Amino acid sequence: MSGGEPLIRWDWIGSHAGYLAGLAGRHLYLSLIPVVFGLIVSVPLGIACTRWRWVYPPVLTSANVLYSIPSLALFLLFIPYTGLFSDLTLIIPLTLYTLSVLVPNVVDGLRQVSAPVSQAATAMGFGRLRQLLQVELPIAVPVVIAGVRIATVSSISLVSVGQLIGNGGLGVLFTDGQQRIFPTEVIVGIALTVVLAFAADAVLVTVQRLLTPWARTGRAAA
Amino acid sequence: MSRLITFDGVTKRYPDGTVALDDVSLECATGEITVFVGTSGGGKTTALRTINRMVEPTSGRVLIDGRSVLGSKPAELRRGVGYVIQQAGLFPHRTIVDNIATVPRLLGWDKKKARARSYELMERVGLDPAMGTRYPYQLSGGQQQRVGVARALAADPPIMLMDEPFSAVDPVVRAELQGEFLRLQSELHKTIVFVTHDIDEAIKLGDRIAVFQTGGRLVQVDTPEKLLAHPADEFVSGFVGRDRGIRRLSFVPAAELPLRSDVVLPETASVADARATGEPWVLAVDGTRRPLGWARAEDLPDSGALAGLRLTDPGRTFQVGADSVRTVLDAVILSPSGLAIGVDSGGGVVGVTGHRELADTITAT
Repeated sequence: MSGGEPLIRWDWIGSHAGYLAGLAGRHLYLSLIPVVFGLIVSVPLGIACTRWRWVYPPVLTSANVLYSIPSLALFLLFIPYTGLFSDLTLIIPLTLYTLSVLVPNVVDGLRQVSAPVSQAATAMGFGRLRQLLQVELPIAVPVVIAGVRIATVSSISLVSVGQLIGNGGLGVLFTDGQQRIFPTEVIVGIALTVVLAFAADAVLVTVQRLLTPWARTGRAAA
Repeated sequence: MSRLITFDGVTKRYPDGTVALDDVSLECATGEITVFVGTSGGGKTTALRTINRMVEPTSGRVLIDGRSVLGSKPAELRRGVGYVIQQAGLFPHRTIVDNIATVPRLLGWDKKKARARSYELMERVGLDPAMGTRYPYQLSGGQQQRVGVARALAADPPIMLMDEPFSAVDPVVRAELQGEFLRLQSELHKTIVFVTHDIDEAIKLGDRIAVFQTGGRLVQVDTPEKLLAHPADEFVSGFVGRDRGIRRLSFVPAAELPLRSDVVLPETASVADARATGEPWVLAVDGTRRPLGWARAEDLPDSGALAGLRLTDPGRTFQVGADSVRTVLDAVILSPSGLAIGVDSGGGVVGVTGHRELADTITAT
């Protein structure tokens, strides 16, 4: 970057506030939708992995192998099927990435249900489905949300890579800033990504507090 | 409203060949506490779980009032059978009130009625209703266990199954819970099947005790008294322990002991009266015959009344109409005079008894 250009030009931020907010909104959309889809896939998959133990190892291995594929490569792989400018080209790979965190957390969450609790539920006369919905899944919530927090932050960081195929939310600030040798854009891009990650995480922590007032983590027993 | 449970040749064999129950036949009488006791692996929990179909027998039948439990759908059957488990098994994500309301809600009661019932039960099992909105982790082990009992009682089931419900709490709390459990049962008259590995608990709580041996064999079913007096075989006598002789005394009423009153003197009696008994110790009582304390003949001054003396604490007394010879034995051993003080229900002294009377009574039973 050239010596004449200052590291940060505040006036540019001020004059581009609307543009930046739009990018941030789009970034958030592109990173959160995969987490939602990931959760929709992981919950039934996790339930299956707990019910039939043999399902879990192949599912976990597959999710981890997917995660090991570099994101850019995975985006490129999807272009022929979903098209270059489709959001799906970004959303599907990012959804697949969330599975390596979400599936094990759903499984671990369901395993939090202690033997006496599930025996008591059975002995009280819960049917299978009702036991799953009213006892097992609610008890799994704190661990599942812990997974959602990791998946969200990782998704927020990965979306920028999508800019290399022309669709990456805040990522455009990095490619553009680099081409124009304009560091302000790069710094603002980094700052906004971090802010988004923090904000999303704070929202999730609040959601967890509200959903699970019974969890003892972070609070002293009365 | 109570029910009779019948085991008719019940066998449970697992695919790997393990036999958990071996041709078990027995009846758990209506309104009584039947305790299943035995070594681990003896099949007592398995037997308990065949009643609410959490375990299905390989052969044989379990009947409630003459009808096979297989005739009802498992979930429906279970809603009519209370179940208390070790470590309570409370739902961590539900408040105490909602935990207790579980079965009524499953039965379709509306929320208000179910909650009202929960609060009623909390009082019944000795829990402060203010705890209703707390979560299980905020309660002590003993409190959680009370919630477990309340939850099992919520829909007023005629049958209660209790699987080692008091074994995870400390001995003091356990004794307290056992006492309250007996008090509740005296009001409710449920048909209760209670599993424990603790023979003392079995003797304390059981109307009848069924002893299971490793391999799922039912060795003996008897009242606690008969079990201690006539163990069916080596296994049972080994299981009930070496001091079963002393435990048996729990079933001999203290009323069978002869009482003497020659050493019981009013506090207004003089030192000379005390000496005239010719006994090493005399017991001073007040105007309402409550025990004040022991005076030793050797230490008596030359004159005066018993009221002016420093007396030795009377120590533990026993209720003539309520306590057992075991309590008296304990009191005799601990008493400075070697005499135990028998009182009536109002606390007034009826008489005292000592080693000789105890020995005669024990020999006679």
